[in-house]
Amino acid sequence: MSAPMEFVFLLAGVLCVLIVASMVAFTLKSRLGPDKTDPVIENLVARVNAWWAMVALLSFAMLAGRAGAVILFALLSFAAMREFLTLTAKSRADHYALAAAFYVVLPFQYYLIWIDWYGLYSIFIPVYAFLFLPIIAALRGETENFLTRVSETQWGLMICVFAGSHVPALMDLNIPGYEGKSILLIAFLVAVVQGSDVLQYVFGKLMGRHKIAPVLSPSKTWEGFLGGVLTASLLGAGLWWMTPFTMWQAFLMALMIAVMGFFGGLVMSAIKRDKGVKDWGHLIAGHGGFIDRLDSVVFSAPIFFHVVRYFWAVT
Amino acid sequence: MPFKSWSAAVTAEMIILFARVVTAVRAIWDGVEPVAKKRVYFANHTSNGDFVLVWSVLPPHMRRRTRPVAAGDYWLTSRPKSFVGREVFNAVLIDRNPDTRTEDPIALMAEALDAGSSLILFPEGTRNTTDAPLLPFKSGLFHLATQRPDVDLVPVWIENLSSVMPKGEVFPVPLLCTIRFGAAMWLQDGEDKDAFLARTHAALLELGESGETG
Repeated sequence: MSAPMEFVFLLAGVLCVLIVASMVAFTLKSRLGPDKTDPVIENLVARVNAWWAMVALLSFAMLAGRAGAVILFALLSFAAMREFLTLTAKSRADHYALAAAFYVVLPFQYYLIWIDWYGLYSIFIPVYAFLFLPIIAALRGETENFLTRVSETQWGLMICVFAGSHVPALMDLNIPGYEGKSILLIAFLVAVVQGSDVLQYVFGKLMGRHKIAPVLSPSKTWEGFLGGVLTASLLGAGLWWMTPFTMWQAFLMALMIAVMGFFGGLVMSAIKRDKGVKDWGHLIAGHGGFIDRLDSVVFSAPIFFHVVRYFWAVT
Repeated sequence: MPFKSWSAAVTAEMIILFARVVTAVRAIWDGVEPVAKKRVYFANHTSNGDFVLVWSVLPPHMRRRTRPVAAGDYWLTSRPKSFVGREVFNAVLIDRNPDTRTEDPIALMAEALDAGSSLILFPEGTRNTTDAPLLPFKSGLFHLATQRPDVDLVPVWIENLSSVMPKGEVFPVPLLCTIRFGAAMWLQDGEDKDAFLARTHAALLELGESGETG
C-alpha cells in the first residue's frame, strides 16, 4: 500500500508553508546584519531547518506506506524512551527490567500494531508490562526507591511506547467508504498537532502577554494558546477532504487534538521542571529532544484513535 | 589497504554507530576546543565502554591520533579482544601488575606522546563500582606529567554510562550520555605528587558536578 493522492496534496501545501517560513527566517536574519546575532532569530532558523528534515523523514515513511509508518514510530518511541528513562529514578537492579522495556516490550507492542491485534495492543503495556516489569525488578532484591523506580519506568513506557504506538494504530481502523486511506488519519493528526504547536509559538511570540502557567512553562501564554488552538482547528476543518469527517466534525476533532496537545506539552513541562532540565535531549537542533517535539502528539493520539474508532470505524 | 586494517576501520565505524544508537552521545567542550593538539585526556572510569565513548565523540581527524591507555591483562586475553584493543583502537597496552611487567607503563605512554599521539587515560586505575563519584587517583598521571610537562592534561567527565552498562552486565540499556571536556591543566613548578593528584582529582570532580546543575 502506498500513500493516497490526498497525501501528495497535503505535502505540497506543507512544502509551500516551509518555503515561506524559510524566506521569513532568512529575511529576519539578513535584516539583522552580518555582525549581530539574536538568540530568538537563531533559534527560529534552527527550528525551520529542523522542520525540513522532519517533514522529509515523515513523508518518506508515509510514502513507504504501512511498514514505513510502523517502523518510523517504533524508532521515535525508542528515541523518546531513551530520553525519558535517562531522567527517571533507577538503580543497577533495574537493568533487566529496563532492557526488557527496550528490547521486548517496545518491539512487541509495534509488532501487535503491525498484525492489527487490537485486543492485545490495547492492554499489553497497561496490564502485562505493568505487572511483569516490577516482578523482574523485585527479583534483584533492591528495595530502595522501589515504588518510584517501577512507577517511573512504567510511565515512560506508557507515554513513549503505548501512547506513541496509537499513531500508526490509526492505520488499523476500518472505516466504511475510507478503505485504503486510513494512513491519512496520521497525516491529519500530525498536521493539526504540529500546526497547533507552531501556531501557538507564532501567536505567543507576536502577541503573548498573559502567562497561563508561569511555574510550568514561561513561554505558554493565553494569547498563544487561544490563537494557536483556534487557527489549528480551522486548519483541521480545512483538511476535511482528506478525512472521513464532515467539515464541522473535522473542526471539532482538530480542536480536541490541539487542546490535548497543549496539555501534553504542559504535563511534560512539569516533568522537566521536576527533573531540573530545560529540554529532553539535544538531537533536534532548535527544538531540543524528540520528546520536546512529540509531547503533544502522544497526548492526543490515543484519544483521537478511540474517538474515531468509536464513532466511525466498524469493529 | 591490507585486510587487517580495512576490517579494523569497518569495525571502528560499527562500534561508533552502535555507541551513538545506544547513547546518542554528545560532547560538550567546556574549556578546551576540539583541535588536534597533543593532549592527555584523563577521565572517570565506570564502564568498559568509557574510552569507546570518549573516542567516538572526537572529530575523525583527532580520533586517528588518539590512543586509549588500557590494561593488557584484560585486552590480550582473547583473540577478538586483542583485535579490538590493538587494531581498532590502537591502544597503548600496559601491564597493571608491577611483578610481571617487563616494560614501564609510563615509558610506553611517553613514547606514544613523542610519536605524536594523544592519550585517553583513566587515573583511577580501575572501574569505579562504589557510590563515590570518583576514586582516588593512582600516581601514573603524576609521573607522566613529570616526564612530559608540556603536554595538555584535559579532564573528561563521562556521564551516565554506568547506568547504560553497569559492571557485570552483558547488554547495554539505551540512555543518553554526555562527555564533558574541561580546561587543560599542567604540573606546576615544585608541585609534589599528592598536591598534583589532589588538584587534578578535584578538577575532574568539579567538571562532573558542573554538568548536574546546568
